[in-house]
Amino acid sequence: MPLWMWQAAACNAESVSQRGQAIKGYAFSCSGRATHPCDQPRAKRRPRERRHARYNGGEFIDSKPMTTVPSSDTILQFADVALGYGDHTVLSGISLEARKGQVVALMGGSGSGKTTLLRAATAQILAQKGRVAAFGQDIAQMEGEALRQLRQRMGVLFQQGALFTDLNVFENVAFPLREHTRISESQIYERVLEKLDAVGLKAAAHLRISEISGGMARRVALARAIVLEPELILYDEPFAGLDPISLGITARLIRDLTDKLGCASVLITHDVNESFAIADQVYMVGQGKLIAQGSPTELSASQNPYVRQFLDGQPDGPIAFHYPVSPAFTTWLEQRKGRRP
Amino acid sequence: MTTPFKAISSLGSRVRSGVSNLGAFMRLAGAILVRSGTAIRRARLVSQQVHFIGNHSLLIIAVSGLFVGFVLGLQGYYTLSRYGSEEALGMLVALSLTRELGPVVTALLFAGRAGTSLTAEIGLMKAGEQLAAMEVMAVDPIRRVLVPRFWGGVIAMPVLAAVFSMVGVIGGWVVGVLLIGIDPGAFWSQMQEGVDVINDVLNGFIKSVVFGIAVTLVALHAGWTARATPEGVSRATTRTVVVSSLLVLGLDFVMTALMFS
Amino acid sequence: MTREKTDFWVGLFVLLGAIALVFLALRAGNMSSFSFAPTYQVQAHFDNLGGLKVRAPVKSSGVVVGRVSGISFDNERFQAIVTLDLESKYEFPADSSISILTSGLLGEQYIGITPGGEAKMLTQGSTVQYTQSAVVLEELISKFLYSSAGSQD
Repeated sequence: MPLWMWQAAACNAESVSQRGQAIKGYAFSCSGRATHPCDQPRAKRRPRERRHARYNGGEFIDSKPMTTVPSSDTILQFADVALGYGDHTVLSGISLEARKGQVVALMGGSGSGKTTLLRAATAQILAQKGRVAAFGQDIAQMEGEALRQLRQRMGVLFQQGALFTDLNVFENVAFPLREHTRISESQIYERVLEKLDAVGLKAAAHLRISEISGGMARRVALARAIVLEPELILYDEPFAGLDPISLGITARLIRDLTDKLGCASVLITHDVNESFAIADQVYMVGQGKLIAQGSPTELSASQNPYVRQFLDGQPDGPIAFHYPVSPAFTTWLEQRKGRRP
Repeated sequence: MTTPFKAISSLGSRVRSGVSNLGAFMRLAGAILVRSGTAIRRARLVSQQVHFIGNHSLLIIAVSGLFVGFVLGLQGYYTLSRYGSEEALGMLVALSLTRELGPVVTALLFAGRAGTSLTAEIGLMKAGEQLAAMEVMAVDPIRRVLVPRFWGGVIAMPVLAAVFSMVGVIGGWVVGVLLIGIDPGAFWSQMQEGVDVINDVLNGFIKSVVFGIAVTLVALHAGWTARATPEGVSRATTRTVVVSSLLVLGLDFVMTALMFS
Repeated sequence: MTREKTDFWVGLFVLLGAIALVFLALRAGNMSSFSFAPTYQVQAHFDNLGGLKVRAPVKSSGVVVGRVSGISFDNERFQAIVTLDLESKYEFPADSSISILTSGLLGEQYIGITPGGEAKMLTQGSTVQYTQSAVVLEELISKFLYSSAGSQD
């Protein structure tokens, strides 16, 4: 599966396809952005060597080399953030960071507020306390045109794909290009097919959304999220409900894209195996706060009871198996008992 | 003593929620109108919507118009023949259609067919997170989704009403002249004498434009505020039909009083 | 559906609507009786207009020769002033008489011109001398009753 590799005219790195053939110089304009991942020539980056190390109950089969991350840019940063809806606070005291070229996994049980974190990162909801910064700018201060520009530098992959059902696959991926750029029809055509090729769905460009499977829809949504070549990609439960093959493909795509595009990827997930295989940094949230953070190796060695319950999949522990009794339940029970003869 | 208290307070809360709903509706209507520049810049989107809303409603409107014309012809003949004025059938059919039945019946059918499809489409887009995805992609969903549909509805509705009236007049002619045997010359000449272009045809046209605006706005608002569940979408489509039908009939009364006083 | 096809069908749709409107205006409505011919204005005074309305036809020998363009009240002579738009191609003698007639028994009221015999013609702004007001049904009935009561003496 050929993955297009990035090359700006200024970089003198050679672009080579996976099969070792030189690709004729495809110079892409850097979308007019001020900073571009290609200020770091590719040769200086240590390539990832491990692809699919399986998490085997506590240790990795291959030991994974720590990738040296260029310390320049922090793309997304949460500083002591409290989030909630209305008066109700879902999470508090959240501090996390995602840097260029990093894959960051946000994990937690169901209902622990992971999607709320995603919404805060895209400025769909504002933090009740603390500071959320993207590309070094506080997003609470931004609105209108500045917010639009900011959102164009992010790609978001929704859980169900959120593809536009009235368009076909090609038009879906072309949508951001049509809305935000003025490039010609033939250029749109090239770019869209290239991105579809990167996710392996070039020959599906003509299909309607109703004709493709869930895994394919997820991949088309991924192609749509990267078509503007964003610097930050947010994935909402990318592994949920996929078969093992699609799981493998998705994980590999996420890692490869992060490396090739040099962007930061933030995964919201509760899939331990796949995310530990590709993540550089893991943050675990639960019970309304940040429970643990660290690299996958550190976390798998942690003795924190919540982390252990989560990683080992134990039914009972800090997250109780039995739903807590409430006054409303007691009242209901009394009423039912009263009704029985 | 608590029951009347509860009844009154629930009435009060319903009125309050009704008023705030109306406020939200007006706000959405204002937002759509303000962003209507998009309709000119992306005329392709508007024309696509005119196709979905208008062309696909043409069959039901035309067939309904034909049958309404038939019925007007028959019923009109039975009544007029008691007073010896059968030859006024043409005028009766044409006046009923252009003044009232054309705009109103078309608006009711439009609400049922195009209004519900708009509501369901937008409600399901909301449920499938498509609108949130657009927002996150820095595309204003109101501009991209609502504005073209609004102008599509406003353009399609008068066209459909005119087609309804025309087909109805032809239907009346078929029944009156071809089936019953009224003199065609009397049919058309009485009609032409009785129907005034400014007072009747133009007023009917204005009515259909106003109905188009009202029905489309109600349909878009109901879809926009639908809850993202199957019941939510079904409730929203019901609301579209009920509210737009009542609104059309109410507006019809007001406009008739203003125009034909 | 491709974009060109959609555009075609939409264009056809709007065209159909335009045709429907034109049909209604011409065949169903009275647009064919709209004339854009040049006209000249003539005034007339009446004691009672009855149910005469603006844009009522002005007929001579049953043919429409003009329209009523304005109705107002003369506060000094206490009479109604009616302004008529007569088509320039029809000329009437200055001593023509104008009366308000009813089409049918209970129909709309219109103005009828009976030509006189003078050589001089009515021109723009001239006033018609001989007018006959509308027949008011109640006055007619009371006249009839009065005369029949009188003849019974």
